[in-house]
Amino acid sequence: MALETSVIQKKLIENFGLKVSDFFQQHDIFTFEVASDSIVEVMKFLRDDATLRFNFLTDLCGIHYPDYEKERQFAVVYHMHNWMDNVRIRIKCYLDGDKPEIDSVTGLFLSSNWQERETYDFYGIIFKGHPQLKRILNMDEMTSFPLRKEFPMEDSGRTDKDDRFFGRTSQNC
Amino acid sequence: MSDTSKYKTVDAPEGYAGEGFFATKLDSVVGLARANSLWPLPFATSCCGIEFMATMAAHYDVARFGSERMSFSPRQADMLLVMGTIAKKMAPILRQVYEQMSEPKWVIAVGACASSGGVFDTYSVLQGIDKVIPVDVYVPGCPPRPEQILDGIMRLQEIVKSESVRRRSSDEYKDLLGSYNIK
Amino acid sequence: MSDLLLSPEHRYAKEIEKRRNEDGSELSILNLGPTHPATHGIFQNILLMDGERILDGEGTVGYIHRAFEKIAENRPFYQITVLTDRMNYCSAPINNMGWWMTLEKALGIEVPKRVQYLRVIIMELARIADHIICSSVMGVDTGALTGFLYVFQFREKIYEIYEEICGARLTTNMGRIGGFEREWSPEAFKKIDAFLEEFPPIWKEFENLLTRNRIFMDRTIGVGAISAEKAISYGFTGPNLRAAGVDYDVRVMQPYSSYEDFEFNIPVGKHGDTYDRFCVRNAEVWESLSIIRQALAKLPEGPFHADVPDYYLPPKDEVYHNMEALIYHFKIVMGEVPVPLTEVYHPVEGGNGEVGFYLITDGSRTPYRLHFRRPCFIYYQAYNDMVRGQMLSDAIATLSSLNVIAGELDA
Repeated sequence: MALETSVIQKKLIENFGLKVSDFFQQHDIFTFEVASDSIVEVMKFLRDDATLRFNFLTDLCGIHYPDYEKERQFAVVYHMHNWMDNVRIRIKCYLDGDKPEIDSVTGLFLSSNWQERETYDFYGIIFKGHPQLKRILNMDEMTSFPLRKEFPMEDSGRTDKDDRFFGRTSQNC
Repeated sequence: MSDTSKYKTVDAPEGYAGEGFFATKLDSVVGLARANSLWPLPFATSCCGIEFMATMAAHYDVARFGSERMSFSPRQADMLLVMGTIAKKMAPILRQVYEQMSEPKWVIAVGACASSGGVFDTYSVLQGIDKVIPVDVYVPGCPPRPEQILDGIMRLQEIVKSESVRRRSSDEYKDLLGSYNIK
Repeated sequence: MSDLLLSPEHRYAKEIEKRRNEDGSELSILNLGPTHPATHGIFQNILLMDGERILDGEGTVGYIHRAFEKIAENRPFYQITVLTDRMNYCSAPINNMGWWMTLEKALGIEVPKRVQYLRVIIMELARIADHIICSSVMGVDTGALTGFLYVFQFREKIYEIYEEICGARLTTNMGRIGGFEREWSPEAFKKIDAFLEEFPPIWKEFENLLTRNRIFMDRTIGVGAISAEKAISYGFTGPNLRAAGVDYDVRVMQPYSSYEDFEFNIPVGKHGDTYDRFCVRNAEVWESLSIIRQALAKLPEGPFHADVPDYYLPPKDEVYHNMEALIYHFKIVMGEVPVPLTEVYHPVEGGNGEVGFYLITDGSRTPYRLHFRRPCFIYYQAYNDMVRGQMLSDAIATLSSLNVIAGELDA
């Protein structure tokens, strides 16, 4: 591995100071946290810097942590990959539980467009500056954000399945 | 016809045969004709659709049962094969396709998802297509083997054979469609 | 149903109005999908057409959204293979193995060499099955049904091998944590050998039928091209990216399951068009065949699963007669096995590109969060860019060459 993780860490701290934090190696991926207001700058730097060269946004997804303190109840996770040195990193941005908002990275990677829409669809995380932020997988009329932990997996309006046959009676649930 | 013919013909319906004539009910003749030329409309959405491709291809060859021509236009189809999960977003479209088919029309729900929602007991999946359209035959399996799909088609052929020609204008049928809000 | 029609506020309706007033041109809207025989799945494309030419397109997906990620949060780890099967159902074993490898990474399990080789064999067979569908259906979409009917018989042979190994044809649900559920039968190896013998001449014939076929070439060369830079920005991986000339392959970049032991080439294209994608897939089939041969030749002896009683279900007859096995069985089924608190991302090279599993555990029997990186979902957004300015019939050929699997796209 040509690109050491310590180099990534040093370069990021030099340029962004306290905006980047909590660096650690988790299994084979170097992970760190970025303040949600500077994600676009950090990713642009990671992509364009001559030594870092993280040219590929592998994956983007959201997470819901209802048990955390309010400022950290949502997270957006970005996986980036440097194909030249073959290094992967994971970036986490924690967002506020009441008002999850983050800047869109569609200007940097075209692939993030639908992935951000999907994250919005699942978690209701607003990506500021996204060209067309609307639901993608679910129906437009839907009001809930289904992957938040408070929403049930099963359709609450079901009438077809008798709860008694699934071990769910009014006593036990 | 001699017994040595390599072509297999379907059996004649019950009736009176005499010298130079054969008499039977119109119902049986129409049923026989319909059952042996069911034109399928494959409404394939997911995994079961791939198994239907196998059913269609040379190895299993659904054409042996009178379904040579896949009719991708609902207007010229007799049998709607719904294969795969129908999400709630898809339900109105399925319904529209069903409405566009001309009578007589039959529906086979292929696979667990189309029959009951299958393993996807979630907020986004329709729990069985019989919530939106009437179904004649359910084929179990996730996905069903091509043999099972063929079996489903043969079961439907039995239904079609014994169906009265007047069924489609009967009050029961209108009530059935009415219960689905289909005109 | 009026709600399925385009509203007059839609930007295309406005565009039509504008162009009519400007120069009297009659643009039209074509609604391709959601159920259309040529789309091989259900996605809707609203196309703004000038005669036969596509001016712009807008894709709608989600017609088969089944909420995999939500189900995954509610199911124990060993029940999630069922979901991965149904994601890319054309090459289900790759997804199965990818999921087990993700779990093994999270739990810190080393699997025996034999298991790794067997996994390679089954994954490469799955890749062949996947590419057979894509390439033959491309023939169908450009008007050559023969090839499809011909090579589909050999996909049946692959299914027979699956059946011999796990009992299922399409949605295989193959493997367990640490290995396979049973040893492969001699019959399975016999069938693989027979396949390796019979399939290459057929595939050669299929290639001959189309690769230098004038009609096919005219229909596909220069159609739906995408540049390497754009493809990378759009998140392309797999054969579609390699057709654009980028030799990115997870099997080489981050070898898993002992891929580093095998010699194989990564076929790359040049122009990123439909024809290149077709050729890259065909060439990959040859490479896969070669990998299977190497793996069979070098297949080591050994157990068919790792020795991890905490996670690997004991054989049923032992459960009935052996106290220890019963305890382990009970512990696994009731979810009382230790699961470390961790986060892993594990990529595998699927039929269509990098299939990634991002797993977050919280120590319980179910994942806290499981995100699937679905290559189809990510690269399908480039479709409208690729077909802009092309003929309608080219759009169909482009779509089938991308091999978008609806189940994977919509999760």
